[in-house]
Amino acid sequence: MLADLYATLLPNGWVTYAAGGALIGLGTVFVYSLTGISVGASTFLESTLSYVSDRPRFAQYRASRDWRVVFSLGIVLGAAAWAFTFGDGPWLTDVQPWRLALGGILVGVGTRLGKGCTSGHGVCGVGSGSKTSVVNVATFLAVAIGVAQLVAAIGVSP
Amino acid sequence: MVAKDHEAHPLFLPAVFVGGLVFGVGLAVSEMARPEVVLDFLQFEDFGLLLVMGGAATITAGAYAVIGHLRDSAPLTGRAYERRLKSFDRNVLLGGTVFGVGWGLSGICPGAAYASLGIGNVTILWAIGGMFAGAYLQGWLRDVVTGDGSPAAAAEVSD
Repeated sequence: MLADLYATLLPNGWVTYAAGGALIGLGTVFVYSLTGISVGASTFLESTLSYVSDRPRFAQYRASRDWRVVFSLGIVLGAAAWAFTFGDGPWLTDVQPWRLALGGILVGVGTRLGKGCTSGHGVCGVGSGSKTSVVNVATFLAVAIGVAQLVAAIGVSP
Repeated sequence: MVAKDHEAHPLFLPAVFVGGLVFGVGLAVSEMARPEVVLDFLQFEDFGLLLVMGGAATITAGAYAVIGHLRDSAPLTGRAYERRLKSFDRNVLLGGTVFGVGWGLSGICPGAAYASLGIGNVTILWAIGGMFAGAYLQGWLRDVVTGDGSPAAAAEVSD
């Protein structure tokens, strides 16, 4: 019965998830221990816009924009290094472009308005015991679950 | 607190890069770069995402609790070891809600999107383009509607 429950909750096992989560944590801790910086992936969006836009909202990130590019480049190349060696190689998502584009716009607005995303709030903020981050994560998890189930229920797939 | 982010130490950018590499490997190994896997979680078909976020947050929590007691400041920057604490206001709820709609619709978040691109999933550029457009739209709205370009408003840097 426990085996049934396990197969229901984790049909693809736990190893890849736990190992991946541990590495995400280790990457975060590596930067924090050497620099004191709590990394987050979504500020890169605004800090990078400061290269091409003079808006004051983006200009505040000029001081950090270079290392944020370097960190994001590390994410891209780290994922590539895994995929093309031990991983499954390249693949393309089947999720429809309109879902990615519209969802992406809302992710861009929401993460910037809400002061962080799955890494800034979800990993560093929750790891810091920040109530603000716990509330933000609970909010986006609950809303995302509702939206994903609704979208599936009205027959949008993939 | 506004810290000097243009760090002069020659190992600063290499350290950030290595951290990013490990972070990116983690996103690839954990399958979070695959929107389908995130959508499976949101539809209660595979709860692996909880292990990923929980595992990463647990390791981070342990390090954040310990490192500050071992050293006064970070070796490459001289920064104090501070926790990541943001002030709470209604934007935290509003932003979380908008992010949740986008994440539930697309199955992708910023870090996972960069990793997905590295894996060769060029289709994810739709999402990354959307994220930049959304970030610009939000910045434009803040500047134009609220005139929020003041140093005071810019004091709290977010991730």
